[in-house]
Amino acid sequence: MSSAPPKTDPALNGAREDEYTSERHVYEPHKIGLPPIGPYLRELWRRREFAREMSRTTLRAQHFNTMFGQLWLVLNPLLLAGVYFVLVDILRSGSRGPAFFAHLMAGLFAYYFVSDSVRLSVKSVTGGGRLILNTAFPRALLPISAVMTAFARFLPTLIVYLPVHVIAGLPVGPELLWAFPLTGLMLVLATGAAMLVSSLQVYFRDLKNFLPYLLRVWLYASPVLYYAHEVPDRYDWLLALNPLGGLLTAWSDAINQGRTPDASSLILAVGWSFGVFIAGALFFMSREREFAVRL
Amino acid sequence: MSSLSGSEPRVKVEDVSVTYRTSLESAPTLKDTVLRLGRRQQVVREIEALKNVSFEVPEGQVLGVVGANGAGKSTLMRTVAGILPPNSGRVEVHGRVSTLLALGVGFNRKMTGRQNVVLGGLAAGLTRDQLAEKYEEIVAFAELEDFMDMPMRTYSSGMYGRLAFAVAVVMEPEILLIDEALSVGDARFRKKSFRKMRQLCTEDRTILLVSHALGSIKELCDMAIWMHKGELRMWDEPDAVVDAYTAFLEVGEDAFTMEDV
Repeated sequence: MSSAPPKTDPALNGAREDEYTSERHVYEPHKIGLPPIGPYLRELWRRREFAREMSRTTLRAQHFNTMFGQLWLVLNPLLLAGVYFVLVDILRSGSRGPAFFAHLMAGLFAYYFVSDSVRLSVKSVTGGGRLILNTAFPRALLPISAVMTAFARFLPTLIVYLPVHVIAGLPVGPELLWAFPLTGLMLVLATGAAMLVSSLQVYFRDLKNFLPYLLRVWLYASPVLYYAHEVPDRYDWLLALNPLGGLLTAWSDAINQGRTPDASSLILAVGWSFGVFIAGALFFMSREREFAVRL
Repeated sequence: MSSLSGSEPRVKVEDVSVTYRTSLESAPTLKDTVLRLGRRQQVVREIEALKNVSFEVPEGQVLGVVGANGAGKSTLMRTVAGILPPNSGRVEVHGRVSTLLALGVGFNRKMTGRQNVVLGGLAAGLTRDQLAEKYEEIVAFAELEDFMDMPMRTYSSGMYGRLAFAVAVVMEPEILLIDEALSVGDARFRKKSFRKMRQLCTEDRTILLVSHALGSIKELCDMAIWMHKGELRMWDEPDAVVDAYTAFLEVGEDAFTMEDV
């Protein structure tokens, strides 16, 4: 529980050339359970290479760097989108067209980025066993590296979406640029959720067992298999209470229908993303001191 | 080699207490928690692992730590390493720390030895350049040239220990924390690691050494502390501490406690 990150004395740093021989660490009790935020973030940034390498190693284990690995990464969501399209089309008595297929695909890819982050991070702390027991480092690097892995798998799927978007005859305009801030919000939300579940997993080891059910329910509650505007009024609360509700509504509006997202869904998206992030980060950081004795 | 004045201690532990809560269940689950609601059952226990411990280690000193199992030796090492922050008191450490704690290197058995070394080093705050520079030396010292690209689940326990030892000593830390990890590998490797330890001990390096091998405490250390039930019982010359400790254990300095490195 590295929660007390070392403070580096600038005077000592100046005195020597070799940075890593001049560390001065002070470990003191934490006030209100949180480590000092400034040094914590500095240490986090200093060890960002660890998160990158960790994510790269995970990706390599999943054959991300081979041609068939990449192909599977693209084929898998495409097949999934195909299956869901047929399902929804049957339920809707065959009224769905290519535009809806594009909406379904964009939504599925975005949803799977967030849910992959959660799924990959859930065991990131409990699986970090010996590293956590033997090394002092900001533990937040572990869920962050899971989010980086999910993000690396998300990016190629966006490239698959583009031709589908064009073939479906959907508008190509400046509204597509909304993809950048909205992806940023997804990253914020995913990181918060990843920190939350990875620390909860330490206390409730069965979380990973019912996580797939929660994620499935989350998908059905999100405007992916349907358009947000089709949701009957009496279910509006479902979209508001869903952390992805506003975000995926805005996502489909901008990416799929070429509309500027309306303010209400943007406010919901920003509120939920930062709310989940702050809650997850505070919970994780206040608890990470305990991880080394709870594993 | 240091810009610090000789009088300033490298490791300063001031009135440090560590208590932690640990779960009595092996794998706490939400299901159990829900089932337990309303039945006020004790599931976490508070452990006072260290009680008001204070000592200092000046530069170049090798400090031996002795004590029975559960005396708080490992907790003390983790506190100095910054893994377990203290509940009260203050720990000050000047210099780069390398730890060789009880469990050794290698946290993910599915990854190769190389990946584990790199990830462990990056987590410990080393840069890629520093790792690249030392990597060959680590592999050579551990004598694992043919195994570095194999998953660590294929390693024997001796190979685990050798790699852990090599990572800790080759990184040339200014402060080295070693927790009962000297007796790894076969007889030949033990000799080699003991030689390396002796060399490190004479090299002006600050070392905290936890060991049940009282012979090596006497031979390698300049000072020693004796931990008992979380308290610092004694802080003195190694001979005096070892004698007091063995008298306390009533085992005498027989072959068992002296022989093993």
